[in-house]
Amino acid sequence: MSRATLDHPITVEAHPGSAGTYTLGFLLSILLTLLAYALVVNELFTKTLLVGAVMILATLQLVVQLVLFLHLGRESRPRWNLVAFGFMTMTLIIIVAGSLWIMYNLNYNMMMSPQEMNQYMLEQTKKGF
Amino acid sequence: MSRNNVMKHRSNDLLVREDASKTQLGFWIYLMTDVMLFGALFATFLVLRANTYGGPTEKELYHLPFILTETILLLASSYSCGLAVLALHKRNLTQVIALLALTFVLGSVFLAMEMTEFTQLVSEGNSWQASASLSSFFTLVATHGLHITVGLLWLSVVVWQLLRKGITANTERKTMLFSMFWHFLDVIWIFIFTIVYLIGVA
Repeated sequence: MSRATLDHPITVEAHPGSAGTYTLGFLLSILLTLLAYALVVNELFTKTLLVGAVMILATLQLVVQLVLFLHLGRESRPRWNLVAFGFMTMTLIIIVAGSLWIMYNLNYNMMMSPQEMNQYMLEQTKKGF
Repeated sequence: MSRNNVMKHRSNDLLVREDASKTQLGFWIYLMTDVMLFGALFATFLVLRANTYGGPTEKELYHLPFILTETILLLASSYSCGLAVLALHKRNLTQVIALLALTFVLGSVFLAMEMTEFTQLVSEGNSWQASASLSSFFTLVATHGLHITVGLLWLSVVVWQLLRKGITANTERKTMLFSMFWHFLDVIWIFIFTIVYLIGVA
């Protein structure tokens, strides 16, 4: 192969970031971090709502950093980085959500919440199984 | 240099660049597999976090202001690392070295703070042996800390090579890969901060 470079001359790619995008990413990340922190410290909502809110803020910060720091999706086509990222996300969801689902059902079938299960294990250990 | 030599040199340069983009894709795929490792540790932690074996709850264990400081420091080091890459593209060696040195200092302070937190937990009797909850906590957070440690070692080697050889295709590639690794560690930390610390205290 006398190299595809001859058919597709590689121009030196301009770096997708600039001082502006990095600074924007930094400031947005700080803002989202402080916001999540303030919500939790001031206990603004109930536990369930708080968990939802901080997870949404974390996901927003993930997107900010993926785009502005790691330049995901801003490469030239074919976007192999994005494809690998998509596959990883799918596998990640299967592993994490799957584990939680299975373990929740396990506790449920023992008719216990995780806290009750903890108490039960504690008592059993004291008895010496 | 003869014309022939110039051509040879130029096409060599192109090949190096093409290889560099392949190397970056390969490294990206490694990062994706590393996410899977952390995913498994997060799942373990989420399943076991309530199993404190009669010990203190997470709310009593974590000192949020301390952790927030750690978070901001790591974020700042990720930012300075990004600026170092920009300086690299502008071929400004002094600036690259200065920004990477700043990244190193911020990363080291982060690591020192994490060690302080761990030492305190262990000295109060809340080590990884105390309960399933703490085992999974230490495994998850210390795996991130181990990545940071390796990152700092790698960074010092990169800086040393930049000092010795200047900005060449090789040192440029190495710096780029390091910056991907460092940004990635910051992304993982967002989720440790949120899922472990914030939700643990909420």
